[in-house]
Amino acid sequence: MYAVFRKEIADHLTSKRFIILFALVFLSAVFAIYIAIQTIRSVVDPTSEFIFLKLFTTSGSNLPSFLFFLSLFIPIVGIALGFDAVNNERNSGNLSRLMSQPIYRDSVINGKFLAGLAVLAIMIVGVVLMVAGLGLRIVGVPPTGEEVVRLLGFVAISVLYGGFWLALAVLFSVIFSRTATSMLASLAVWIVFFFFLSVIAGAIANAVVPIDANSTIDAFTRNATIEGALSRISPCTLYGEATLGLLTPELGTMNSAMLIVSAYSGRMSNPLPLEQSLVIVWPQIVSLIALSAICFAISYIRFMREEIRSI
Amino acid sequence: MAQLVVETTDLTKKYGSFTAVNRLNLKIEQGEVFGFLGANGAGKTTTMLMLLGLTEPTAGTVRVCGMDPARQPLEVKRLVGYVPERVGFYEDLTARQNLRFTAELNRIRRAEAEDKIVSLLGSVGLSEVMDHPVATFSRGMKQRLGIADVWLKDPKLAFLDEPTTGIDPNGIDEMLKLISGMAKRGITIIFCSHVLPQVQKLCSRVGILSKGNLVADGPIDRLGRDAATAGRYRMEAEVDDLKPAVVEAVRRVAGIEEVETSGNTLVATARSDMRGQVSRAIIDSGALLLGMKIEEFNLEKIYKRYSKEA
Repeated sequence: MYAVFRKEIADHLTSKRFIILFALVFLSAVFAIYIAIQTIRSVVDPTSEFIFLKLFTTSGSNLPSFLFFLSLFIPIVGIALGFDAVNNERNSGNLSRLMSQPIYRDSVINGKFLAGLAVLAIMIVGVVLMVAGLGLRIVGVPPTGEEVVRLLGFVAISVLYGGFWLALAVLFSVIFSRTATSMLASLAVWIVFFFFLSVIAGAIANAVVPIDANSTIDAFTRNATIEGALSRISPCTLYGEATLGLLTPELGTMNSAMLIVSAYSGRMSNPLPLEQSLVIVWPQIVSLIALSAICFAISYIRFMREEIRSI
Repeated sequence: MAQLVVETTDLTKKYGSFTAVNRLNLKIEQGEVFGFLGANGAGKTTTMLMLLGLTEPTAGTVRVCGMDPARQPLEVKRLVGYVPERVGFYEDLTARQNLRFTAELNRIRRAEAEDKIVSLLGSVGLSEVMDHPVATFSRGMKQRLGIADVWLKDPKLAFLDEPTTGIDPNGIDEMLKLISGMAKRGITIIFCSHVLPQVQKLCSRVGILSKGNLVADGPIDRLGRDAATAGRYRMEAEVDDLKPAVVEAVRRVAGIEEVETSGNTLVATARSDMRGQVSRAIIDSGALLLGMKIEEFNLEKIYKRYSKEA
């Protein structure tokens, strides 16, 4: 498997596809950090805790944060690394030749998946390090030990999130024989999860518990609970909540109903210790792991059972 | 008796209700060049995939070099090379890099592999382009690279599935030379092709598969005699002046069953090769023998006959 893994990594890192993606992510990261620094200087109280983490989560008045950019680009990178993993090899007549070599069949798909994951990790770690370095230079506040640990957790979750999209794209590359189809299918899933699911969840919640300006807090919280539960089907929501929980220690809960209550009561929670933040985002992390594992398991089984035909 | 490289007993593969291969019994000895014939969809590729352990038989057993490919896939694949029809490579990598990857998968040591790759690429005529990406290669070049790819692991047995399709005539000649070169090194070869003259040139033995059944199996000349003349030999003699006395003399040779003439050519039929006796009879009768040959069998006729029979 190691040979396949090494070759796939080398292929990815030298491909034009990877260079374009990396440039895109790199530029948007520079853009986001620039906005964040501008905002931090003018708005944020310099004595507040966790200045360093704010580099990643601060957005401009109507410009998005680094976190948002990352949640937008990680799926694209994951899909781009995986959508033609298997069907491209089959179409080029390479797969049956590869299969006749003395390697186990699963080392092909494992090697490909792990290589994609490694490349994702390289990219995310690279971008986060760059943002951290720029932030350190410009803001001049070094991160505390806790902030470093939180950032490491953030990187791990981001790789995991990319792993889900990679697994999904690999799954489609096993199922569909044409690379264009598998790419479109992956992108379609991404668009549904990223753009439409929150709208759909909101619509369903409003249909079940209608709310208006005169509704009680109870109705609002029930509405929000339903919407929250539905939108957590989406790995995008899970990732957004998990990273926000980890990078914003002030965030006391993931429960949108509770957030509404605290907003109503005007109570701002104190920063949580690291373990408590982890406890809050733990369900999201586990769900992300489960979703990735399911996708990969299906593609693994499909691939192992497939007839290897040259045509 | 030479060692059996391939042995199948009642090998059967079904896809649903469709029988792709039906009770195949095949024995191939070390060093043979076996021509595997049959129409598209007759089950050749399925058989190969079963021999490689890439697909599991529904019933029956397979032994490749004494091992079961389904149970010991890695050991079998280490000894067996496969060039699929329309072989493909990593298009972005060069010929040399592609072979390097194959060497790595086969755990050939780096230093050893490098020399071998260069010399193999030389012998398949790709020295000059070995550092060009495979995307720039023609079909024929890819096929030759496929041969080098298989040769690299020094297999005991090589499956070549239609290695000459889409190659120009000169390329075909080179390809056939390469294959017979492999055979001379003691590599057993199973050669699948629809181009019968190539099979005839190359193969010591053929098997004909029709709708999953092995309808013929044996050396080409024997199959030909069985097909064309019910197992008899036809000897053709050209004589300077074919007088009735000469025909009579040949007819009287013990064992000759039939004599036909056309112009100055005489055709004698017998149960065995009797060219010696026939030529002596002609010379003894006072005529001059200008030439003599035994009828060769056209694989095309054999093939048509057997595949029709099934």
